[in-house]
Amino acid sequence: MTAPLLQVERLVVRYPLGKPRLFGPRREIEALAGVSLDIAEGGTLGVVGESGSGKSTLARAVLGFVKPLSGEIRWRGELLDTTDKARMRPMRRVMQVVFQDPFGSLDPRMTAGASVFEALEALEGPASREAANERVAAVFREVGLDPSFARRYPHELSGGQCQRVAIARATVARPQLLICDEAVSALDVSVQAQIVNLLRDTCRRHGMALLFISHNLAVVRHLCADIAVLCQGRLVERAGREQLFSAPRDPYTQALLAAVPEPRPIARA
Amino acid sequence: MSAAPLLDIRDLGVEFATPQGTVRAVTGVSLSVATGECLAIVGESGSGKTQLFMACLGLLSDNGRAVGSARYLGTELIGASETELNRVRGVGMSLVTQDPLNSLTPHLRIERLLTEGVLDRGLMSAAEAGQRALEALRTVGITEPEARLRHYPHELSGGMRQRVAIAVALMTAPKLLVADEPTTALDVTVQARVLDVLRSLRATGLAIVLITHDLGVVAGIADRVAVMYAGELVETAPAAGLFAAPAHPYTAGLLASVPRLSDPATLRLAAIEGQPPRPGEIVTGCPFAPRCASASEVCREVAPRLRSIASGREVACHAPFSQEGRV
Repeated sequence: MTAPLLQVERLVVRYPLGKPRLFGPRREIEALAGVSLDIAEGGTLGVVGESGSGKSTLARAVLGFVKPLSGEIRWRGELLDTTDKARMRPMRRVMQVVFQDPFGSLDPRMTAGASVFEALEALEGPASREAANERVAAVFREVGLDPSFARRYPHELSGGQCQRVAIARATVARPQLLICDEAVSALDVSVQAQIVNLLRDTCRRHGMALLFISHNLAVVRHLCADIAVLCQGRLVERAGREQLFSAPRDPYTQALLAAVPEPRPIARA
Repeated sequence: MSAAPLLDIRDLGVEFATPQGTVRAVTGVSLSVATGECLAIVGESGSGKTQLFMACLGLLSDNGRAVGSARYLGTELIGASETELNRVRGVGMSLVTQDPLNSLTPHLRIERLLTEGVLDRGLMSAAEAGQRALEALRTVGITEPEARLRHYPHELSGGMRQRVAIAVALMTAPKLLVADEPTTALDVTVQARVLDVLRSLRATGLAIVLITHDLGVVAGIADRVAVMYAGELVETAPAAGLFAAPAHPYTAGLLASVPRLSDPATLRLAAIEGQPPRPGEIVTGCPFAPRCASASEVCREVAPRLRSIASGREVACHAPFSQEGRV
Protein backbone atom coordinates (compact mmCIF):
# COMPACT_ATOMS: atom_id res chain seq x y z
CA MET A 1 0.00 0.00 0.00
CA THR A 2 1.34 3.41 -0.91
CA ALA A 3 1.65 6.05 1.78
CA PRO A 4 -1.13 8.64 1.94
CA LEU A 5 -0.49 12.08 0.48
CA LEU A 6 -0.78 13.75 3.86
CA GLN A 7 -0.80 12.03 7.18
CA VAL A 8 -1.22 13.63 10.57
CA GLU A 9 -0.37 11.48 13.59
CA ARG A 10 -1.40 12.25 17.19
CA LEU A 11 -0.99 15.98 16.60
CA VAL A 12 -1.04 18.17 19.72
CA VAL A 13 -1.11 21.97 19.57
CA ARG A 14 -1.40 24.23 22.62
CA TYR A 15 -1.83 27.98 22.72
CA PRO A 16 -0.76 30.08 25.69
CA LEU A 17 -3.49 31.98 27.50
CA GLY A 18 -3.00 35.08 29.61
CA LYS A 19 -1.97 34.66 33.23
CA PRO A 20 -4.80 35.00 35.72
CA ARG A 21 -2.53 37.14 37.98
CA LEU A 22 0.81 38.82 37.38
CA PHE A 23 2.75 36.03 39.09
CA GLY A 24 0.12 33.39 38.55
CA PRO A 25 0.69 30.14 36.71
CA ARG A 26 0.93 30.22 32.92
CA ARG A 27 -2.23 28.76 31.41
CA GLU A 28 -2.64 26.97 28.12
CA ILE A 29 -5.48 25.81 25.95
CA GLU A 30 -5.21 22.57 24.04
CA ALA A 31 -6.42 23.37 20.53
CA LEU A 32 -5.57 19.93 19.18
CA ALA A 33 -5.41 17.03 21.60
CA GLY A 34 -3.81 14.23 19.60
CA VAL A 35 -5.59 14.19 16.26
CA SER A 36 -4.75 11.62 13.57
CA LEU A 37 -6.00 12.02 10.01
CA ASP A 38 -4.92 11.25 6.46
CA ILE A 39 -5.77 12.16 2.88
CA ALA A 40 -4.99 9.98 -0.11
CA GLU A 41 -3.68 11.39 -3.37
CA GLY A 42 -6.59 13.16 -5.10
CA GLY A 43 -8.80 12.49 -2.08
CA THR A 44 -11.29 14.85 -0.49
CA LEU A 45 -11.45 15.21 3.29
CA GLY A 46 -13.87 17.50 5.06
CA VAL A 47 -13.07 18.66 8.58
CA VAL A 48 -16.09 19.99 10.46
CA GLY A 49 -16.65 21.40 13.91
CA GLU A 50 -17.71 24.57 15.70
CA SER A 51 -15.54 27.60 16.41
CA GLY A 52 -12.87 26.48 18.82
CA SER A 53 -12.96 22.85 17.76
CA GLY A 54 -9.40 23.07 16.45
CA LYS A 55 -10.19 22.68 12.76
CA SER A 56 -8.33 25.82 11.67
CA THR A 57 -5.42 24.97 13.97
CA LEU A 58 -5.12 21.68 12.11
CA ALA A 59 -4.73 23.54 8.80
CA ARG A 60 -2.29 26.03 10.32
CA ALA A 61 -0.17 23.25 11.81
CA VAL A 62 0.01 21.40 8.48
CA LEU A 63 1.04 24.61 6.73
CA GLY A 64 3.65 25.38 9.37
CA PHE A 65 2.00 28.53 10.73
CA VAL A 66 1.83 27.10 14.24
CA LYS A 67 4.30 24.79 15.91
CA PRO A 68 2.86 21.53 17.18
CA LEU A 69 3.86 20.42 20.68
CA SER A 70 4.02 16.80 19.62
CA GLY A 71 2.88 14.48 16.89
CA GLU A 72 3.94 13.92 13.31
CA ILE A 73 3.02 15.34 9.93
CA ARG A 74 4.01 13.18 6.97
CA TRP A 75 3.95 14.03 3.29
CA ARG A 76 3.93 10.92 1.06
CA GLY A 77 5.21 8.99 4.04
CA GLU A 78 8.12 11.34 4.70
CA LEU A 79 8.32 13.17 7.99
CA LEU A 80 7.77 16.90 7.52
CA ASP A 81 9.45 19.42 9.80
CA THR A 82 6.96 22.28 9.45
CA THR A 83 9.13 24.57 11.59
CA ASP A 84 12.03 24.39 9.11
CA LYS A 85 11.32 27.33 6.81
CA ALA A 86 13.90 26.37 4.18
CA ARG A 87 12.54 22.85 3.91
CA MET A 88 8.91 24.05 3.89
CA ARG A 89 9.56 26.32 0.89
CA PRO A 90 9.35 23.57 -1.74
CA MET A 91 6.24 22.32 0.05
CA ARG A 92 4.41 25.55 -0.88
CA ARG A 93 4.36 24.30 -4.47
CA VAL A 94 2.50 21.15 -3.57
CA MET A 95 0.34 22.51 -0.76
CA GLN A 96 -1.73 25.70 -1.10
CA VAL A 97 -4.39 27.37 0.97
CA VAL A 98 -7.53 29.50 0.51
CA PHE A 99 -8.73 31.45 3.55
CA GLN A 100 -12.13 32.65 4.70
CA ASP A 101 -11.92 36.40 4.15
CA PRO A 102 -11.89 37.07 0.41
CA PHE A 103 -10.79 40.72 0.76
CA GLY A 104 -8.28 40.18 3.54
CA SER A 105 -6.36 37.54 1.62
CA LEU A 106 -5.50 39.80 -1.34
CA ASP A 107 -3.10 42.75 -1.25
CA PRO A 108 -5.29 45.84 -1.75
CA ARG A 109 -2.48 47.64 -3.63
CA MET A 110 -1.93 44.85 -6.16
CA THR A 111 -4.12 44.06 -9.14
CA ALA A 112 -5.70 40.62 -9.17
CA GLY A 113 -3.39 39.61 -12.00
CA ALA A 114 -0.28 40.78 -10.12
CA SER A 115 -1.33 38.76 -7.05
CA VAL A 116 -1.59 35.60 -9.14
CA PHE A 117 1.60 36.40 -11.08
CA GLU A 118 3.51 36.90 -7.83
CA ALA A 119 2.44 33.48 -6.59
CA LEU A 120 3.43 31.87 -9.88
CA GLU A 121 6.87 33.47 -9.81
CA ALA A 122 7.46 32.64 -6.15
CA LEU A 123 6.52 29.01 -6.70
CA GLU A 124 8.03 28.26 -10.09
CA GLY A 125 10.79 30.81 -10.40
CA PRO A 126 11.09 33.56 -13.02
CA ALA A 127 9.51 32.92 -16.40
CA SER A 128 9.17 34.95 -19.56
CA ARG A 129 6.53 37.70 -19.45
CA GLU A 130 4.46 36.16 -22.24
CA ALA A 131 4.51 32.66 -20.80
CA ALA A 132 3.54 33.97 -17.35
CA ASN A 133 0.76 36.19 -18.73
CA GLU A 134 -0.57 33.21 -20.64
CA ARG A 135 -0.62 31.11 -17.48
CA VAL A 136 -2.36 33.85 -15.49
CA ALA A 137 -4.98 34.34 -18.20
CA ALA A 138 -5.55 30.57 -18.38
CA VAL A 139 -6.05 30.22 -14.63
CA PHE A 140 -8.43 33.22 -14.61
CA ARG A 141 -10.53 31.52 -17.28
CA GLU A 142 -10.42 28.32 -15.27
CA VAL A 143 -11.89 30.00 -12.18
CA GLY A 144 -14.61 31.57 -14.30
CA LEU A 145 -13.24 35.12 -14.58
CA ASP A 146 -12.61 36.97 -17.79
CA PRO A 147 -8.83 37.56 -18.12
CA SER A 148 -9.57 41.32 -18.19
CA PHE A 149 -10.27 40.98 -14.44
CA ALA A 150 -6.50 40.63 -13.98
CA ARG A 151 -6.23 44.43 -14.27
CA ARG A 152 -8.70 45.09 -11.45
CA TYR A 153 -7.92 45.82 -7.82
CA PRO A 154 -9.58 43.86 -4.99
CA HIS A 155 -11.89 46.77 -4.09
CA GLU A 156 -13.30 46.63 -7.62
CA LEU A 157 -14.30 42.99 -7.16
CA SER A 158 -17.22 41.40 -5.34
CA GLY A 159 -16.62 38.90 -2.50
CA GLY A 160 -17.19 35.95 -4.82
CA GLN A 161 -14.84 37.35 -7.46
CA CYS A 162 -12.13 37.95 -4.83
CA GLN A 163 -12.49 34.36 -3.69
CA ARG A 164 -12.12 33.22 -7.31
CA VAL A 165 -8.88 35.21 -7.52
CA ALA A 166 -7.70 33.59 -4.27
CA ILE A 167 -8.45 30.17 -5.75
CA ALA A 168 -6.67 31.14 -8.97
CA ARG A 169 -3.60 32.15 -6.98
CA ALA A 170 -3.65 28.96 -4.93
CA THR A 171 -4.04 26.68 -7.95
CA VAL A 172 -1.90 28.44 -10.59
CA ALA A 173 1.12 26.24 -9.85
CA ARG A 174 -1.03 23.08 -9.71
CA PRO A 175 -0.59 22.03 -6.08
CA GLN A 176 -1.28 18.43 -5.09
CA LEU A 177 -3.22 19.48 -2.02
CA LEU A 178 -5.55 22.45 -1.66
CA ILE A 179 -6.48 23.45 1.89
CA CYS A 180 -9.63 25.56 2.23
CA ASP A 181 -10.22 27.10 5.65
CA GLU A 182 -13.88 28.20 5.74
CA ALA A 183 -13.37 29.36 2.15
CA VAL A 184 -17.08 29.79 1.43
CA SER A 185 -18.42 30.80 4.87
CA ALA A 186 -18.25 34.56 4.28
CA LEU A 187 -20.08 34.43 0.96
CA ASP A 188 -23.74 34.85 0.08
CA VAL A 189 -25.53 31.54 -0.37
CA SER A 190 -25.91 32.03 -4.13
CA VAL A 191 -22.20 32.84 -4.53
CA GLN A 192 -21.26 30.06 -2.13
CA ALA A 193 -22.86 27.55 -4.49
CA GLN A 194 -20.78 28.91 -7.40
CA ILE A 195 -17.53 28.62 -5.43
CA VAL A 196 -18.37 25.12 -4.13
CA ASN A 197 -18.92 23.99 -7.71
CA LEU A 198 -15.70 25.69 -8.82
CA LEU A 199 -13.66 23.93 -6.11
CA ARG A 200 -15.22 20.62 -7.05
CA ASP A 201 -14.44 21.02 -10.75
CA THR A 202 -10.90 22.33 -10.20
CA CYS A 203 -9.94 19.47 -7.89
CA ARG A 204 -11.42 16.86 -10.19
CA ARG A 205 -9.84 18.26 -13.33
CA HIS A 206 -6.32 18.24 -11.90
CA GLY A 207 -6.60 15.33 -9.48
CA MET A 208 -5.90 17.74 -6.64
CA ALA A 209 -6.56 16.53 -3.10
CA LEU A 210 -8.80 18.78 -1.01
CA LEU A 211 -8.78 19.42 2.72
CA PHE A 212 -11.96 21.41 3.25
CA ILE A 213 -12.60 22.97 6.64
CA SER A 214 -16.10 24.21 7.45
CA HIS A 215 -18.74 24.44 10.13
CA ASN A 216 -21.51 23.64 7.67
CA LEU A 217 -22.02 19.92 7.09
CA ALA A 218 -24.34 20.48 4.13
CA VAL A 219 -21.53 22.24 2.23
CA VAL A 220 -18.93 19.64 3.19
CA ARG A 221 -21.24 16.90 1.99
CA HIS A 222 -21.19 18.28 -1.56
CA LEU A 223 -17.40 18.37 -1.72
CA CYS A 224 -15.91 15.61 0.38
CA ALA A 225 -15.98 11.82 0.22
CA ASP A 226 -14.50 11.51 3.71
CA ILE A 227 -15.52 13.56 6.71
CA ALA A 228 -13.83 14.08 10.07
CA VAL A 229 -15.69 15.73 12.94
CA LEU A 230 -13.65 17.66 15.50
CA CYS A 231 -14.92 18.72 18.89
CA GLN A 232 -12.74 20.59 21.40
CA GLY A 233 -9.54 19.44 19.77
CA ARG A 234 -10.51 15.79 19.55
CA LEU A 235 -11.57 13.68 16.61
CA VAL A 236 -15.03 12.43 17.56
CA GLU A 237 -16.01 10.75 14.32
CA ARG A 238 -14.45 9.90 10.99
CA ALA A 239 -16.52 8.26 8.30
CA GLY A 240 -17.28 8.11 4.62
CA ARG A 241 -19.91 10.54 3.37
CA GLU A 242 -22.69 7.98 2.98
CA GLN A 243 -22.18 6.49 6.41
CA LEU A 244 -21.80 9.78 8.28
CA PHE A 245 -24.95 11.29 6.85
CA SER A 246 -27.14 8.20 7.00
CA ALA A 247 -26.01 6.98 10.42
CA PRO A 248 -24.03 9.55 12.44
CA ARG A 249 -22.70 7.79 15.52
CA ASP A 250 -21.47 10.59 17.72
CA PRO A 251 -24.05 12.83 19.45
CA TYR A 252 -21.97 15.88 18.48
CA THR A 253 -22.19 14.96 14.80
CA GLN A 254 -25.93 14.53 15.22
CA ALA A 255 -26.18 18.01 16.77
CA LEU A 256 -24.19 19.53 13.87
CA LEU A 257 -26.50 17.82 11.40
CA ALA A 258 -29.60 19.05 13.19
CA ALA A 259 -28.32 22.64 13.05
CA VAL A 260 -28.13 22.81 9.24
CA PRO A 261 -30.88 25.17 8.14
CA GLU A 262 -32.95 23.60 5.39
CA PRO A 263 -35.06 25.77 3.09
CA ARG A 264 -38.22 24.02 4.02
CA PRO A 265 -40.95 25.67 6.09
CA ILE A 266 -41.57 23.85 9.35
CA ALA A 267 -45.22 23.39 10.25
CA ARG A 268 -46.04 25.71 13.10
CA ALA A 269 -48.48 24.85 15.83
CA MET B 1 -53.88 40.01 9.91
CA SER B 2 -55.07 43.23 11.47
CA ALA B 3 -56.21 46.08 9.25
CA ALA B 4 -53.65 48.79 10.03
CA PRO B 5 -50.06 47.68 9.43
CA LEU B 6 -47.35 48.35 12.00
CA LEU B 7 -44.94 49.57 9.35
CA ASP B 8 -46.17 50.71 5.97
CA ILE B 9 -43.56 51.38 3.29
CA ARG B 10 -44.82 53.03 0.10
CA ASP B 11 -42.78 53.55 -3.04
CA LEU B 12 -39.56 53.94 -1.10
CA GLY B 13 -36.37 54.74 -2.96
CA VAL B 14 -32.83 55.19 -1.65
CA GLU B 15 -30.00 56.83 -3.53
CA PHE B 16 -26.43 57.70 -2.73
CA ALA B 17 -24.39 60.60 -4.09
CA THR B 18 -20.98 59.23 -5.10
CA PRO B 19 -18.06 60.74 -7.01
CA GLN B 20 -19.26 58.65 -9.97
CA GLY B 21 -22.74 60.18 -9.81
CA THR B 22 -25.99 59.21 -8.14
CA VAL B 23 -26.37 55.51 -7.39
CA ARG B 24 -29.81 54.06 -6.77
CA ALA B 25 -29.72 51.37 -4.10
CA VAL B 26 -33.47 50.87 -3.70
CA THR B 27 -36.18 51.64 -6.26
CA GLY B 28 -39.90 51.95 -5.59
CA VAL B 29 -40.38 49.36 -2.85
CA SER B 30 -43.80 49.03 -1.22
CA LEU B 31 -44.14 46.66 1.70
CA SER B 32 -45.98 46.42 4.96
CA VAL B 33 -45.34 44.63 8.22
CA ALA B 34 -48.38 43.61 10.26
CA THR B 35 -48.48 43.45 14.04
CA GLY B 36 -46.87 40.25 15.29
CA GLU B 37 -45.80 38.95 11.90
CA CYS B 38 -42.35 37.82 10.82
CA LEU B 39 -41.38 39.15 7.42
CA ALA B 40 -38.14 37.95 5.84
CA ILE B 41 -36.33 40.20 3.36
CA VAL B 42 -34.11 38.02 1.19
CA GLY B 43 -31.50 39.08 -1.34
CA GLU B 44 -27.82 39.01 -2.23
CA SER B 45 -25.22 41.54 -1.08
CA GLY B 46 -26.00 44.86 -2.71
CA SER B 47 -29.66 44.07 -3.35
CA GLY B 48 -30.68 47.01 -1.17
CA LYS B 49 -32.30 44.93 1.57
CA THR B 50 -30.37 46.60 4.38
CA GLN B 51 -30.60 50.15 2.99
CA LEU B 52 -34.37 49.84 2.75
CA PHE B 53 -34.64 49.53 6.52
CA MET B 54 -31.77 51.92 7.26
CA ALA B 55 -33.88 54.50 5.38
CA CYS B 56 -36.89 53.71 7.59
CA LEU B 57 -34.76 54.13 10.72
CA GLY B 58 -33.16 57.36 9.47
CA LEU B 59 -29.75 55.67 9.56
CA LEU B 60 -28.56 56.21 5.99
CA SER B 61 -25.01 57.45 5.65
CA ASP B 62 -24.54 61.18 5.00
CA ASN B 63 -24.47 60.84 1.22
CA GLY B 64 -27.70 58.81 1.24
CA ARG B 65 -31.16 60.17 0.51
CA ALA B 66 -34.55 58.48 0.85
CA VAL B 67 -37.66 59.32 -1.14
CA GLY B 68 -41.17 57.98 -0.73
CA SER B 69 -42.93 57.12 2.47
CA ALA B 70 -42.54 54.81 5.46
CA ARG B 71 -45.04 55.07 8.27
CA TYR B 72 -44.70 53.46 11.67
CA LEU B 73 -48.19 53.33 13.23
CA GLY B 74 -49.10 56.35 11.13
CA THR B 75 -45.96 58.38 11.91
CA GLU B 76 -44.03 59.35 8.78
CA LEU B 77 -40.36 58.39 9.14
CA ILE B 78 -38.92 59.59 5.83
CA GLY B 79 -37.72 63.16 6.24
CA ALA B 80 -38.60 63.16 9.95
CA SER B 81 -36.40 65.12 12.36
CA GLU B 82 -34.03 63.31 14.72
CA THR B 83 -36.36 64.16 17.63
CA GLU B 84 -39.32 62.61 15.86
CA LEU B 85 -37.27 59.60 14.81
CA ASN B 86 -36.05 59.05 18.35
CA ARG B 87 -39.63 58.63 19.50
CA VAL B 88 -39.80 55.54 17.26
CA ARG B 89 -36.21 54.28 17.00
CA GLY B 90 -35.22 51.98 19.80
CA VAL B 91 -38.66 52.46 21.34
CA GLY B 92 -41.24 50.99 19.01
CA MET B 93 -38.79 49.76 16.42
CA SER B 94 -35.40 48.28 17.35
CA LEU B 95 -32.44 47.14 15.28
CA VAL B 96 -30.07 44.20 15.63
CA THR B 97 -27.09 44.25 13.28
CA GLN B 98 -24.93 41.54 11.82
CA ASP B 99 -21.68 41.90 13.70
CA PRO B 100 -22.18 41.05 17.36
CA LEU B 101 -18.77 42.40 18.38
CA ASN B 102 -18.94 45.78 16.68
CA SER B 103 -22.48 46.52 17.81
CA LEU B 104 -21.54 46.33 21.50
CA THR B 105 -19.32 49.10 22.91
CA PRO B 106 -16.23 47.20 24.10
CA HIS B 107 -15.45 49.19 27.26
CA LEU B 108 -18.94 49.02 28.76
CA ARG B 109 -20.23 46.21 30.91
CA ILE B 110 -23.30 44.28 29.70
CA GLU B 111 -25.39 46.01 32.39
CA ARG B 112 -24.55 49.48 31.07
CA LEU B 113 -25.04 48.38 27.45
CA LEU B 114 -28.51 47.15 28.28
CA THR B 115 -29.61 50.08 30.37
CA GLU B 116 -27.94 53.13 28.79
CA GLY B 117 -30.60 53.60 26.12
CA VAL B 118 -33.57 53.65 28.46
CA LEU B 119 -31.77 55.61 31.20
CA ASP B 120 -30.36 58.31 28.92
CA ARG B 121 -33.81 58.94 27.54
CA GLY B 122 -35.39 58.82 30.97
CA LEU B 123 -37.76 56.04 30.03
CA MET B 124 -37.23 54.10 33.26
CA SER B 125 -35.77 54.50 36.73
CA ALA B 126 -32.43 52.83 37.40
CA ALA B 127 -34.10 50.12 39.46
CA GLU B 128 -36.67 49.41 36.76
CA ALA B 129 -33.97 49.32 34.11
CA GLY B 130 -31.89 46.87 36.14
CA GLN B 131 -34.91 44.63 36.55
CA ARG B 132 -35.76 44.88 32.87
CA ALA B 133 -32.13 44.08 31.91
CA LEU B 134 -32.31 40.80 33.82
CA GLU B 135 -35.62 39.97 32.19
CA ALA B 136 -34.27 40.75 28.73
CA LEU B 137 -31.25 38.48 29.26
CA ARG B 138 -33.54 35.67 30.44
CA THR B 139 -35.78 36.17 27.41
CA VAL B 140 -32.87 35.56 25.05
CA GLY B 141 -31.87 32.43 26.96
CA ILE B 142 -28.73 33.63 28.73
CA THR B 143 -27.98 31.56 31.80
CA GLU B 144 -26.88 33.22 35.06
CA PRO B 145 -27.97 36.69 33.90
CA GLU B 146 -26.92 38.32 37.21
CA ALA B 147 -23.30 37.28 36.64
CA ARG B 148 -23.36 38.24 32.96
CA LEU B 149 -24.33 41.83 33.78
CA ARG B 150 -20.83 42.35 35.20
CA HIS B 151 -19.07 41.04 32.08
CA TYR B 152 -17.59 42.93 29.13
CA PRO B 153 -18.49 41.99 25.52
CA HIS B 154 -15.10 40.36 24.86
CA GLU B 155 -15.74 37.88 27.64
CA LEU B 156 -18.71 36.43 25.78
CA SER B 157 -18.80 34.07 22.81
CA GLY B 158 -20.12 35.22 19.42
CA GLY B 159 -23.52 33.62 19.87
CA MET B 160 -23.85 35.03 23.37
CA ARG B 161 -22.93 38.53 22.13
CA GLN B 162 -25.58 38.35 19.44
CA ARG B 163 -28.13 37.35 22.08
CA VAL B 164 -27.03 40.30 24.23
CA ALA B 165 -27.49 42.58 21.18
CA ILE B 166 -31.03 41.21 20.84
CA ALA B 167 -31.59 41.78 24.57
CA VAL B 168 -30.47 45.42 24.16
CA ALA B 169 -33.03 45.82 21.37
CA LEU B 170 -35.73 44.36 23.63
CA MET B 171 -35.19 46.73 26.56
CA THR B 172 -37.94 49.13 25.50
CA ALA B 173 -40.39 46.33 24.69
CA PRO B 174 -40.56 47.30 20.99
CA LYS B 175 -43.35 46.19 18.69
CA LEU B 176 -41.01 45.64 15.76
CA LEU B 177 -37.52 44.15 15.72
CA VAL B 178 -35.42 44.63 12.59
CA ALA B 179 -32.76 41.90 12.56
CA ASP B 180 -30.17 42.49 9.84
CA GLU B 181 -28.29 39.26 9.07
CA PRO B 182 -28.35 38.35 12.78
CA THR B 183 -26.78 34.91 12.24
CA THR B 184 -24.46 35.38 9.27
CA ALA B 185 -21.32 35.74 11.38
CA LEU B 186 -22.15 32.67 13.45
CA ASP B 187 -21.51 28.91 13.27
CA VAL B 188 -24.45 26.75 12.24
CA THR B 189 -25.01 25.39 15.74
CA VAL B 190 -24.93 28.86 17.30
CA GLN B 191 -27.09 30.15 14.47
CA ALA B 192 -29.70 27.52 15.32
CA ARG B 193 -29.79 28.77 18.93
CA VAL B 194 -30.16 32.43 17.90
CA LEU B 195 -32.97 31.48 15.52
CA ASP B 196 -34.67 29.65 18.41
CA VAL B 197 -34.56 32.91 20.39
CA LEU B 198 -36.11 34.86 17.49
CA ARG B 199 -38.77 32.18 17.08
CA SER B 200 -39.73 32.37 20.76
CA LEU B 201 -39.88 36.19 20.55
CA ARG B 202 -42.17 35.92 17.57
CA ALA B 203 -44.41 33.64 19.61
CA THR B 204 -44.80 36.43 22.19
CA GLY B 205 -46.32 38.71 19.54
CA LEU B 206 -43.23 40.71 18.56
CA ALA B 207 -43.15 41.57 14.86
CA ILE B 208 -39.80 40.72 13.27
CA VAL B 209 -38.19 41.82 10.02
CA LEU B 210 -35.46 39.29 9.28
CA ILE B 211 -32.98 40.50 6.66
CA THR B 212 -30.86 37.68 5.23
CA HIS B 213 -29.25 36.23 2.10
CA ASP B 214 -29.96 32.66 3.20
CA LEU B 215 -33.38 31.21 2.49
CA GLY B 216 -32.44 28.29 4.74
CA VAL B 217 -32.51 30.65 7.73
CA VAL B 218 -35.94 31.95 6.75
CA ALA B 219 -37.63 28.57 6.86
CA GLY B 220 -39.49 27.78 10.03
CA ILE B 221 -39.62 31.37 11.29
CA ALA B 222 -41.02 33.70 8.61
CA ASP B 223 -44.71 34.13 7.85
CA ARG B 224 -44.02 36.05 4.67
CA VAL B 225 -40.99 36.45 2.44
CA ALA B 226 -40.06 39.43 0.25
CA VAL B 227 -37.27 38.81 -2.27
CA MET B 228 -35.17 41.77 -3.48
CA TYR B 229 -32.92 41.91 -6.52
CA ALA B 230 -30.91 44.91 -7.73
CA GLY B 231 -32.80 47.29 -5.42
CA GLU B 232 -36.27 46.16 -6.42
CA LEU B 233 -38.83 43.85 -4.93
CA VAL B 234 -39.17 40.85 -7.27
CA GLU B 235 -41.44 38.56 -5.29
CA THR B 236 -43.53 38.57 -2.13
CA ALA B 237 -45.34 35.49 -0.90
CA PRO B 238 -46.41 33.60 2.21
CA ALA B 239 -43.41 31.52 3.32
CA ALA B 240 -45.09 28.16 2.78
CA GLY B 241 -46.16 29.04 -0.75
CA LEU B 242 -42.77 30.46 -1.65
CA PHE B 243 -40.87 27.37 -0.53
CA ALA B 244 -43.35 25.03 -2.18
CA ALA B 245 -43.44 26.87 -5.51
CA PRO B 246 -41.27 29.95 -6.08
CA ALA B 247 -42.72 32.11 -8.85
CA HIS B 248 -39.70 34.25 -9.79
CA PRO B 249 -36.76 32.46 -11.46
CA TYR B 250 -34.41 34.35 -9.10
CA THR B 251 -36.23 33.03 -6.02
CA ALA B 252 -36.07 29.55 -7.50
CA GLY B 253 -32.33 30.01 -8.06
CA LEU B 254 -31.76 31.20 -4.49
CA LEU B 255 -33.68 28.23 -3.12
CA ALA B 256 -31.70 25.80 -5.24
CA SER B 257 -28.35 27.29 -4.12
CA VAL B 258 -28.87 26.31 -0.48
CA PRO B 259 -26.99 23.06 0.10
CA ARG B 260 -29.44 20.56 1.51
CA LEU B 261 -28.82 17.40 3.44
CA SER B 262 -31.65 15.77 1.51
CA ASP B 263 -30.09 16.23 -1.97
CA PRO B 264 -27.95 13.55 -3.57
CA ALA B 265 -24.45 14.49 -2.43
CA THR B 266 -22.86 13.82 -5.79
CA LEU B 267 -24.98 16.48 -7.45
CA ARG B 268 -23.46 19.82 -8.39
CA LEU B 269 -25.06 22.65 -6.46
CA ALA B 270 -27.50 24.60 -8.61
CA ALA B 271 -25.77 27.97 -8.63
CA ILE B 272 -27.15 31.11 -10.29
CA GLU B 273 -24.34 31.89 -12.70
CA GLY B 274 -23.24 35.45 -13.30
CA GLN B 275 -23.49 38.59 -11.19
CA PRO B 276 -26.20 41.06 -10.29
CA PRO B 277 -25.88 44.43 -12.09
CA ARG B 278 -23.31 46.72 -10.49
CA PRO B 279 -24.73 49.61 -8.46
CA GLY B 280 -25.30 52.53 -10.78
CA GLU B 281 -25.34 50.34 -13.89
CA ILE B 282 -28.16 51.31 -16.27
CA VAL B 283 -30.36 48.30 -16.93
CA THR B 284 -32.99 48.08 -19.62
CA GLY B 285 -35.60 45.40 -19.22
CA CYS B 286 -35.62 42.97 -16.32
CA PRO B 287 -32.46 43.33 -14.16
CA PHE B 288 -32.34 39.54 -13.75
CA ALA B 289 -32.66 38.76 -17.48
CA PRO B 290 -28.89 38.29 -18.13
CA ARG B 291 -28.77 35.50 -15.52
CA CYS B 292 -32.19 34.02 -16.19
CA ALA B 293 -32.53 30.72 -18.05
CA SER B 294 -36.08 31.46 -19.17
CA ALA B 295 -35.46 35.04 -20.34
CA SER B 296 -36.97 35.96 -23.71
CA GLU B 297 -36.87 39.01 -25.98
CA VAL B 298 -39.47 40.92 -23.96
CA CYS B 299 -37.50 40.40 -20.70
CA ARG B 300 -34.47 42.16 -22.17
CA GLU B 301 -36.53 45.14 -23.35
CA VAL B 302 -39.36 45.78 -20.92
CA ALA B 303 -38.90 45.92 -17.14
CA PRO B 304 -41.59 43.75 -15.52
CA ARG B 305 -43.90 45.38 -12.95
CA LEU B 306 -44.78 43.76 -9.65
CA ARG B 307 -48.20 42.18 -10.14
CA SER B 308 -50.50 39.94 -8.15
CA ILE B 309 -50.60 36.28 -9.22
CA ALA B 310 -52.51 34.80 -6.30
CA SER B 311 -53.83 35.86 -2.94
CA GLY B 312 -50.91 37.45 -1.05
CA ARG B 313 -48.48 36.68 -3.85
CA GLU B 314 -46.86 39.24 -6.09
CA VAL B 315 -44.12 38.77 -8.65
CA ALA B 316 -42.21 41.02 -11.04
CA CYS B 317 -41.63 38.67 -13.95
CA HIS B 318 -42.99 38.34 -17.48
CA ALA B 319 -43.01 34.56 -17.31
CA PRO B 320 -43.29 33.45 -13.67
CA PHE B 321 -43.27 29.77 -12.79
CA SER B 322 -46.77 28.37 -12.58
CA GLN B 323 -48.36 27.92 -9.15
CA GLU B 324 -49.89 24.50 -9.85
CA GLY B 325 -52.73 25.90 -11.88
CA ARG B 326 -53.31 28.88 -9.57
CA VAL B 327 -52.09 31.44 -12.11
